[in-house]
Amino acid sequence: MIQQRLEASGDGLCDRTAHLSRRTLLGAGVGGLLMSALASRLAWADEKGLHDPGKPRNVILLWLEGGPSQLETFDPHPGGRIGGDVKAIPTSAKGVEISDLLPQTAEQMHLTSLVRSVTSKEGDHQRALYNVKTGFRPDPTLKHPSIGAVLCHVDDRGADIPRNVSIVPGNSPGRGGYLGAKFDAFKVNDPAGRVSDVKRPVADPRYDQRLEDLWKLESEFRRGRLKNLDLDRTLHETATKSALTMMSSDQLDAFDVSQESKATLDAFGDSRFGRGCLAASRLIEEVTLSGWDSHVTNHSLQSSACETLDPALASLLKRLDEREMLDSTLLICGGEFGRTPTLNPAEGRDHWPHGFSTLLAGCGIRRGAVYGATAADPKLDSDRPLDDVSDVTTVADIHATALSVLGVDHDFEEDTPIGRPLKRSEGTPITAIMA
Amino acid sequence: MAELVFREIGKVGCYKTNQCSGWKSWYTLKDVPPALFASPVNKLMKSAKTAIGATMRWVWFCLLLVLAFAYLAAGLSPSDEPRGKLVADGNRLETKLGESIDAVSQNASLESQASEADLRGLPVSIKPAVEAINRLRLDKLQQHQLPSAGPADWMTICRRMSLALIGNGLSLEEIRQLERVPEAMRVRVHLDRLLVDSRYHNYWGERWTRFLVGTEGGQFVVYRRRRFRIWLTEIFSANRPYDQMVEDLITAEGLWTDKPQVNFLTATFDSNDGQADPIRLAARTSRAFLGLRIDCLQCHNDFLGNVNLGDVADPREGMQTDFHQLAAFFTSAKTSGLQGVKEGDVDYEYKYLDADEEVSVEPAVPFYPELLPVDGTPRQRLAAWVTHPKNRQAARAAVSHVWALMFGQAMGESVDNLPLDETMDPMIESLADDFVTHGFNIRRLIRLIALSDAFGVDSRASFEVTPEHERQNAVFPLVRLRSEQVAGSIIQAARIKKTDRESSLILQLQTFGDTNDFVTRYGDMGEEELTSDNITITQRLMMMNGKLVRELVKSNPVLNATSHINMFAGDDANVVEIVFLCVLNRYPTDAERDLFTSRLGEANNREDAIEDLYWVLLNSSELAWNH
Repeated sequence: MIQQRLEASGDGLCDRTAHLSRRTLLGAGVGGLLMSALASRLAWADEKGLHDPGKPRNVILLWLEGGPSQLETFDPHPGGRIGGDVKAIPTSAKGVEISDLLPQTAEQMHLTSLVRSVTSKEGDHQRALYNVKTGFRPDPTLKHPSIGAVLCHVDDRGADIPRNVSIVPGNSPGRGGYLGAKFDAFKVNDPAGRVSDVKRPVADPRYDQRLEDLWKLESEFRRGRLKNLDLDRTLHETATKSALTMMSSDQLDAFDVSQESKATLDAFGDSRFGRGCLAASRLIEEVTLSGWDSHVTNHSLQSSACETLDPALASLLKRLDEREMLDSTLLICGGEFGRTPTLNPAEGRDHWPHGFSTLLAGCGIRRGAVYGATAADPKLDSDRPLDDVSDVTTVADIHATALSVLGVDHDFEEDTPIGRPLKRSEGTPITAIMA
Repeated sequence: MAELVFREIGKVGCYKTNQCSGWKSWYTLKDVPPALFASPVNKLMKSAKTAIGATMRWVWFCLLLVLAFAYLAAGLSPSDEPRGKLVADGNRLETKLGESIDAVSQNASLESQASEADLRGLPVSIKPAVEAINRLRLDKLQQHQLPSAGPADWMTICRRMSLALIGNGLSLEEIRQLERVPEAMRVRVHLDRLLVDSRYHNYWGERWTRFLVGTEGGQFVVYRRRRFRIWLTEIFSANRPYDQMVEDLITAEGLWTDKPQVNFLTATFDSNDGQADPIRLAARTSRAFLGLRIDCLQCHNDFLGNVNLGDVADPREGMQTDFHQLAAFFTSAKTSGLQGVKEGDVDYEYKYLDADEEVSVEPAVPFYPELLPVDGTPRQRLAAWVTHPKNRQAARAAVSHVWALMFGQAMGESVDNLPLDETMDPMIESLADDFVTHGFNIRRLIRLIALSDAFGVDSRASFEVTPEHERQNAVFPLVRLRSEQVAGSIIQAARIKKTDRESSLILQLQTFGDTNDFVTRYGDMGEEELTSDNITITQRLMMMNGKLVRELVKSNPVLNATSHINMFAGDDANVVEIVFLCVLNRYPTDAERDLFTSRLGEANNREDAIEDLYWVLLNSSELAWNH
């Protein structure tokens, strides 16, 4: 499994230039290499603000693009004026009820913590998406990195294949922001088969000659341009070398779920999202499910999206638990905002950042817990929308919590290109859901 | 004899002969026409026909051979003129310039200013405006204490123009044609040619379609995206003024098939029960025509300082009412069955966030209220306000978008988030003035940008280049090509002649299919295509090992330039030169020429070596980036 990957030294996790491929590493004598790397990594960890440099840090973000309705998913208020057509069903977590549109997930809720009081100040898709993925509101002077990029930056132990992966990428896969484009997510489409285009089209000697000539040509292009043209701008050479490493890696199999049993495939659901979740149990990544933007016919659209989400999420939780991977894997499931408590004239719900739900599990997150609540009969005072939310949390708090359970200092200050040190997250960890 | 005739008839049309058992069939001797028995005459005629047929076939074959040879060899020969050398002889110069201008001025809609230009300078009609922009750039650089890079060479600038206007680099055919023009005129001549090229009209039609209605399919039957794109293509072909285009869109009436601009409205039918969705149209209008993102005002007032509206000189925070009053204009667009969209009354009620009940919302504009005319239908009033010459925000939005299409990236953060109360780059402000003064002429605006120093400056410099140099236009910014530009560039690079509507149908179909497949896999940014994106490992894998590159560089004497060059380009040095021109639109450096000539010389299979050279150049940063 990826969690047991060899811990090659070098800065190749997302910067692929210094990778040792798996084969090379096996041939080099693993013991000596790891021993010699240990001391330097401890010092490096201190510099990077890592609590526990030996701890595996895997994150799966199930990204529900479009803004899932909290009322139709994890925070139902049936029967009241805002409840809509859903019912609440009991779950495996004592006292916790979720929407009847997620019956399979209900059986796995004992593995998770549910935060029902997430708030933000962004109601536009693009801005809210940026906010949730980075933990910061959009700032014209600075592009913030997504949480996947932050983790790649602080923990750059490598694999032949990229660690920050976006499967079935939506409109905006995680970006490297001010940490650099090299930390952008590696985008992969439907993992129904092997990764395409990984086979050399000509014999090795001829291919190697092509590459040799390519590097010569690249040196001419660099002349008179940005100082670190490749790392700061084009990433052309970096991406090419990463591609070459990947082409020779056995770990490519992790992207291919076609070898899984039919029962396993069926359990995750016959959808790109389901297959993405299955692959996610073998990688570290973001999987996107769109279709939540229900300005009209809310119930129908949310039901349809839940049909895809439910088997995949439930199976993923179950699989991670069965394989004892939840200790080393943090799963986050949510979207950029929630949806309005009241239905609009088109039976839809509009954007609502004043109290929505995010599900977390694994990696030190308490099991079977719920934090925060939204009012079943909200006052909806436009000047004080948060009066309807108890134990208010923010998007930044979710980020601080995630970083904390992953052993990463959330308030560690990174240097930014504009000369202003900036914390990795300006939120506060939600200790109530941390084990 | 009877048997012979029988077989002859069978060859003509009797499918049953194959199903006959023996000679028993429904054909009998009495069924055969008597004329066929007239053997001597018949034999003579048959012989003559056979001879004529054979001759015709050979004539056709020879003609095809000649045409194929002409096609394959076209453009391979370098220009007779020395490269980079201005033609000194006055008579020759005049003749060549005349030819060039004749070629481009045949189209009545072309506003070629070449004839009124001094030979080495700018067309007289745009000279003051371009010089003003150039001065503003220099002022800006002086203010930031930044040096400027020198001018780029003509082929680099022409490549930038081609990428911006038609979505791919230059063909070898185009380079050879331009080399016959005096060097000082090549950029202008290429620009003139592109502006009347159907490839530009189609390419910008699609770009603007994405900007105005996105890439979604919309509601079945009532939304025809293709019709809308073709309508925009015709707008660019005829160079209709921008304000007329905007007016047509906002005031559109009729059937979506008969009046394609109506699709601007019907694109939103899917979210409003078969009616134009005022919410989406307000957001789209604001972004596309005003360069403002006011989407958040749909739900609440802007208490966060994101959107300033009202008095431009003394703005206030954006209000929820601003958004919905703008939306109210579009409620006058009513669907009227088979008559399509008709103008009706404003009918909009909305319950604001802090209200107890719905209120009737009257149309109003979010700033410059004094520019809103009193007379006219609601949408006519809105269109008149958006396109009012004094609505500076609208002009800035249009100019910013065209600038972004030319450079591949926005001047500032984005093209649809231009704060109302902040001054933009002085060059944009100056272009906006000119745009309004000259009747919202898109082609003129493109000319001003393309012939400005900001567009023509080199992307490399003798000093250390930093992102600040790029931001302030001290150098041309390095911008990654979008997926369709990469596809277009590699497909064009694999052909000697330009691929356009004049190309063979098979080639056009292949180009269309290849481009679509490639863009889908490479990653399509949709309507957000002017935001930056980074190269991915997937994309590198596609370029290194993918099907399209493999198919385009392999031996294919009918279609691929690799085979044509191998057959007709002559010595190895010439091969290297031609491949560089085809792929990178430049001549190789001496070191590159030596390296690749030696590779060709050492190769056992010359065509394989050419294929390898193609692969190297297609996989370079230089191809993948606009520089």
